[in-house]
Amino acid sequence: MKHERILLGHGGGGALTRELIAQCFLPALQNPLLQPLDDSAVLTVAGQRLAFTTDSYVVQPRFFPGGDIGKLAVCGTVNDLAMQGAEPLWLSLSFILEEGLPLADLKRIVDSIRVTAASVGVTVVTGDTKVVERGHCDGLFINTAGIGRIVANEPPGSARVPPGDAVILNGFLGEHGVAVLSQREGIGFSTRVTSDCAPLWPLVKLILETGAEVHAMRDPTRGGLAAAVCDIAHAAGVGIRLDERALPINREVQGACDLLGLDPLTIANEGKFLLFCPASQADRVLAAMRQHPLGKDARVIGEVVDKPKGMVLLRTTIGGERIIDLPTGEDLPRIC
Amino acid sequence: MCLAVPAKIVELNDATATISVDGVFREVDVSLIEEPRLGDYVLVHAGFAIHKWDKSEVEELEAIRAATDLREVVR
Amino acid sequence: MKTLVQRIKQLAAEVGRDVQFMEVCGTHTMAAFRSGLPRLLPDSVRLISGPGCPVCVTDTNYIDAAIALCRRPDVIVATFGDLVRVPGSESSLEQERAAGATVRIVYSPSNALALARECPAKQVVFLGIGFETTAPTVAWSIWKAAKDGLANYSVLCAHKTMPHAMEALLKDHAVKIDGFMCPGHVSVITGAQLYRFICEEYRIPCVVSGFEPWDMLKTIAMLLAQVAEGRAEVEVEYSRSVSEQGNQAAQRLMDEVFEECDVSWRGIGTIPRSGLQLRPQYAAFDAAHRLGMRFSEARVHPGCRCGDVLRGVLTPPACQLFGTACTPLHPFGPCMVSAEGTCAAYFKYEKRAAA
Repeated sequence: MKHERILLGHGGGGALTRELIAQCFLPALQNPLLQPLDDSAVLTVAGQRLAFTTDSYVVQPRFFPGGDIGKLAVCGTVNDLAMQGAEPLWLSLSFILEEGLPLADLKRIVDSIRVTAASVGVTVVTGDTKVVERGHCDGLFINTAGIGRIVANEPPGSARVPPGDAVILNGFLGEHGVAVLSQREGIGFSTRVTSDCAPLWPLVKLILETGAEVHAMRDPTRGGLAAAVCDIAHAAGVGIRLDERALPINREVQGACDLLGLDPLTIANEGKFLLFCPASQADRVLAAMRQHPLGKDARVIGEVVDKPKGMVLLRTTIGGERIIDLPTGEDLPRIC
Repeated sequence: MCLAVPAKIVELNDATATISVDGVFREVDVSLIEEPRLGDYVLVHAGFAIHKWDKSEVEELEAIRAATDLREVVR
Repeated sequence: MKTLVQRIKQLAAEVGRDVQFMEVCGTHTMAAFRSGLPRLLPDSVRLISGPGCPVCVTDTNYIDAAIALCRRPDVIVATFGDLVRVPGSESSLEQERAAGATVRIVYSPSNALALARECPAKQVVFLGIGFETTAPTVAWSIWKAAKDGLANYSVLCAHKTMPHAMEALLKDHAVKIDGFMCPGHVSVITGAQLYRFICEEYRIPCVVSGFEPWDMLKTIAMLLAQVAEGRAEVEVEYSRSVSEQGNQAAQRLMDEVFEECDVSWRGIGTIPRSGLQLRPQYAAFDAAHRLGMRFSEARVHPGCRCGDVLRGVLTPPACQLFGTACTPLHPFGPCMVSAEGTCAAYFKYEKRAAA
């Protein structure tokens, strides 16, 4: 059955999103700068390498334990730049507001943006505001673009990952998605889990300062860890083997997933990232990461292998093996 | 779809109860089980408790989950 | 102490021939897949997937009826999430939602009942899918709606039951099943006595299994032991949750609200007495009755070989639709609709072997 209309799953960051990009966007827009489809594009202007990214934020609800749509807008954009080894410099900030949105909510969100931007040293330099009639955008949507200066010698890129690399993760999975879901009406569960929403540049900077060879970095947002590792395996044409016993998932997140029938590996994170570096340098990278609060739980979760190309395998806790697939995408709408 | 998870009753009303799965709380209907009590462990499916466990059965599950080397568990 | 895998290898050697065990529960399919269990088994022991996913065996004509309902402006369709992707003859609930229909995903029939109370001007129709684990919860919602005189709640019923389906797999058809891994949570409700007739009439071992990988491996060991010893009995591995008689309160409620009927299974066809329908005294809460629905004739899609795959006699590549018209993103029959159905799993693993 061919899809004639956009489905919620097309925004899930999984297989349907990939299908949409391949069938609708790339045929019209493909070019060498777009082609890597990494978190940011790498541009060279007058000999200076820059990273350029864009994102939109439609998270529902706007305010959730651990953050809000404003904090998320800054962190998400700054993190996309950081994944390309770029120090975040400037942001654009574009609001689409619904008629009837309480001004107090908007001020609270803008204040959150101010605080988060200041904490990471990024400046909002341009903006826009549009208003649509009541019922046409559910409160507010935020769009951003971000520019950063690439400080890594070789800009990390998903295609650069060779067999033999270690796969490193900085901390616990599934917190953002579970925190947001717990506030959704109609789902009816409550939990103490808070979103892990945080700007990752300060931690990434520490890692780059060690001089270690960082081949790629990717933050597992929509589609979770599963989507992120599948994308890297696909882009680099390598296999990735993960060890389930090494995956950090806390009991509350697992409990929420068990209750709702969700897979923690497909749930969004907003303060986590994967890092690919030569196995011989993993210890050096981990030592640096563990100095920082956002990296204290960092560990190696797997390795990059030659075969099976483009696929991700998981060694399970009982010593079995399964394939980690690109999630289809419709389990968790409006999570970012 | 046949997902059912073991959960502890932390609050009891008439026909409903609040259960906790590892610190995640949810309201479920207890009409299908007999004499639910605070502290009981129940199996939850589609928002209903369908079975009540006694302590030894809960301990058996925990032992099984811990036995990742798949040795025989003494029941 | 030996590990379970070692025990299984030893028992398989004692049995001395290839054996095929079938699980008939979508959650067992998922649990086996997630833990990578099938690949831990010796080559002579295969665990195959039967028609255990109630969502996936929901026929096209039911989806078409649900779609017709959700297109009505006075109706809200409430459903478990996994049903929205299942294809009807031309569309799916997911596509209808995209086109503007009101389709609400719920986690429990009690949520659907609450929705009906919140929206008195609309007819709330709950899509009643599931086996004996879920049917009592839906029965409760109908009983409660009747008790409270709620006029805008009804159920479009597609509940199915296990025993006659298991029997249909064995009767009249080429099939190679040396034992059943019986569904754990269905058995919590029905009791293990449900499977007695399979052992007595068909001489096939049945072991009721829990869902931890440990449980499933233990079940396979128990099935192998029965085969090795020439026994055919009902045994309960999942003794912490399953008794001989089951949950009597749940059974009474099901019996109060539902009666047996013939129903069509996607990819297989009609299996007599394998479905549940509302009893005449609850007809008012049957969505088909209240809203004047008529089901089109159920038919198995030409070319779809799911029936044979589900009986364990055909491997997916032998089906003409496999990998061409029928893929995980655009599935036809239950074996591909289920994310871990035989065909969907084969698709993934063949990709892996070729990569």
